[in-house]
Amino acid sequence: MSTNIELLANREYKYGFVTEIEYEDFPRGLNEEIIRLLSERKGEPDWMLEFRLKAYRHWVTMREPRHWPNITYPEIDFQSIVYYSAPKQRPKKKSLDEVDPELLRTFEKLGIPLHEQKLLAGVAVDAVFDSVSVATTYKEKLKKMGIIFCSMSEAIREYPDLVRKYLGSVVPPNDNFYAALNSAVFSDGSFCYIPKGVRCPMELSTYFRINNAESGQFERTLIVAEEGAYVSYLEGCTAPMYDRNQLHAAVVELVALDDAEIKYSTVQNWYAGDEEGRGGIYNFVTKRGKCLGRNSKISWTQVETGSAITWKYPSVILMGDNSIGEFYSVALTNHRQQADTGTKMIHIGRNTRSTIVSKGIAAGKSSNSYRGLVKILPKAENARNFTQCDSMLIGSECSANTFPYIEVMNNSSRAEHEATTSRISEEQLFYLQQRGLSQEDAVSLIINGFCKEVFRELPMEFAVEAQRLLGIKLEGSVG
Amino acid sequence: MLEIRNLHATIDDQEILRGIDLKVSAGEVHAIMGPNGSGKSTLAKVLAGHPAYEVTEGEIIYEGKNLLEMDPDERAREGVFMAFQYPVEVPGVSNAQLLRLAYNEKRKHQGLEELDPLEFKELLAERAKLVDMDLSFMSRSVNEGFSGGEKKRNEILQMAVLEPKLAILDETDSGLDIDALRIVADGVNKLRRPDNAIILVTHYQRILNYIIPDYVHVLYRGRIVRSGGKELALELEEKGYDWIKSEAGVTASA
Repeated sequence: MSTNIELLANREYKYGFVTEIEYEDFPRGLNEEIIRLLSERKGEPDWMLEFRLKAYRHWVTMREPRHWPNITYPEIDFQSIVYYSAPKQRPKKKSLDEVDPELLRTFEKLGIPLHEQKLLAGVAVDAVFDSVSVATTYKEKLKKMGIIFCSMSEAIREYPDLVRKYLGSVVPPNDNFYAALNSAVFSDGSFCYIPKGVRCPMELSTYFRINNAESGQFERTLIVAEEGAYVSYLEGCTAPMYDRNQLHAAVVELVALDDAEIKYSTVQNWYAGDEEGRGGIYNFVTKRGKCLGRNSKISWTQVETGSAITWKYPSVILMGDNSIGEFYSVALTNHRQQADTGTKMIHIGRNTRSTIVSKGIAAGKSSNSYRGLVKILPKAENARNFTQCDSMLIGSECSANTFPYIEVMNNSSRAEHEATTSRISEEQLFYLQQRGLSQEDAVSLIINGFCKEVFRELPMEFAVEAQRLLGIKLEGSVG
Repeated sequence: MLEIRNLHATIDDQEILRGIDLKVSAGEVHAIMGPNGSGKSTLAKVLAGHPAYEVTEGEIIYEGKNLLEMDPDERAREGVFMAFQYPVEVPGVSNAQLLRLAYNEKRKHQGLEELDPLEFKELLAERAKLVDMDLSFMSRSVNEGFSGGEKKRNEILQMAVLEPKLAILDETDSGLDIDALRIVADGVNKLRRPDNAIILVTHYQRILNYIIPDYVHVLYRGRIVRSGGKELALELEEKGYDWIKSEAGVTASA
């Protein structure tokens, strides 16, 4: 038996299959004509087209954020990407029976049944396949409570005033390179609106699937919780295995008004590339929430296990007095994955609180960085932040880094930062094996223990899924 | 139950065990004594399958099977248990969680139904009494923030839950005050049965006042240089290890 903690092969990526389906693709590349075509195809109003064009015009003046993140990757040729790719089907679908059965089978295979009789209990799902939303479940039931849960395309058509009011209000189109690109070309995503005083009775969930090898995925999610509303939202993602890299650049915006609470959980399992680092998704995502109202709360929980590159900083702008921002994160990298992820907590209102718990696990030859900003502005009296960043290394060829930025601009506030780095030791493994656990179960147990503070923030089913996923991802990484 | 024949083992190419022969039958308690660095703990770890040690010669037959061919977890499921000299901390994993996992692994291995958390809780409460351990320890992370004595008691609790056929206690007495020693020894005595065996690795005779061994072996420079009954321990206590060392030196040069 080997005494070294070293790397062996990863288990096969279970979601790596490709769905054979006919596509309507736009030509490769991006210009104003493509954007006009996209907007026209989606039957969008003029203001939406203007929004896109403005974003595009800004984007062409911007540069990729290449230098500050701790990631390296070859040049991306933005003109070789297909910006709109939709499965061919009848334009308007009245019921699921009209959805291509091949698509329904795909989601079934992914464990996301869309047929009424098989619906996931307690979870309403919006399924997004490449550029478009395929189906949204439980829509009618939610509508009776005034809750809107639909695809972004539909929201732009049906609820233009709401969309127009909030779209881009948290992540402006010129915020950063990828947000600008997304604002210009986003094709679909989910929209969710919880009216005043309503507590959403079920988890709302979007499942994203990239299928087409040539296309990028640019989805846009907007969640608005009115006064006193509550919603818990889940997001899951997978992609087939291709040996070329695919671009995913999403934008998620959350708005919480007085006394509202939004809980946003992600289990990200995009294809990560193979052991040598071939293929995999480039995941450049801007997620941000705005605690606009007093006593509002936004909580991000993420379990990041996939993607060749993860560049993602779910953030909270704490505007309302007494508002609360939370960020709970597990980021696992194996083989040649690179993750530069963390959060920003911007304290503007008085008595605002933020909590950051980040768990980075690096195995193989991967690189895993936490990058976080805590900014407390002069007027944010009595603001509090607590940050805890723990890294765990498996093997000797990986790296973990922590880049905390703390800016406190008044005297009544306090920011605390704790960081640790540890390794799974041979002694720990031997101890657990001596109690009868297989080596893989032992690794899994140690990792799950390490991530406990984050997992307990996840909704039940998601927590189970996340624990299982970490086990699979690390299988064979200790030998 | 256990037969060790001409066992040689190395760590980092340095030979620690140089030909151990030992037979242990069900119902027996064997004490392995010896000065520091004689190879006592190495013997314990080799029996449990620690990956840092390499067996270069000899064999270990356990219940008719070749123990050296089994991974550490297989050995554990077959009933080999080692109480660690330095129990390891596992943050975020509760004591009860680990115990239930370990217990159920063994049940599965025996073709029995796994116990659910509630059933297991009852079993755990009953076993915890053996080592006088408060149930509040069960929800705490494994060994994290435990005192030295609590860690050792926790090892014996694990033994009580897993009910091994062969238990190897590696210096379980070290670092214990007299009260803790008595609790641990009482626990072990309650677990003694005609169908199990215990190998007690210790530097001091003290614990043998509480756990009375059937045999005492003295290990020196990787070999068993003397075996006897419980009175051998008393003799060692009286004369110290120098007596053994000089005698072994004489034999070696003879």
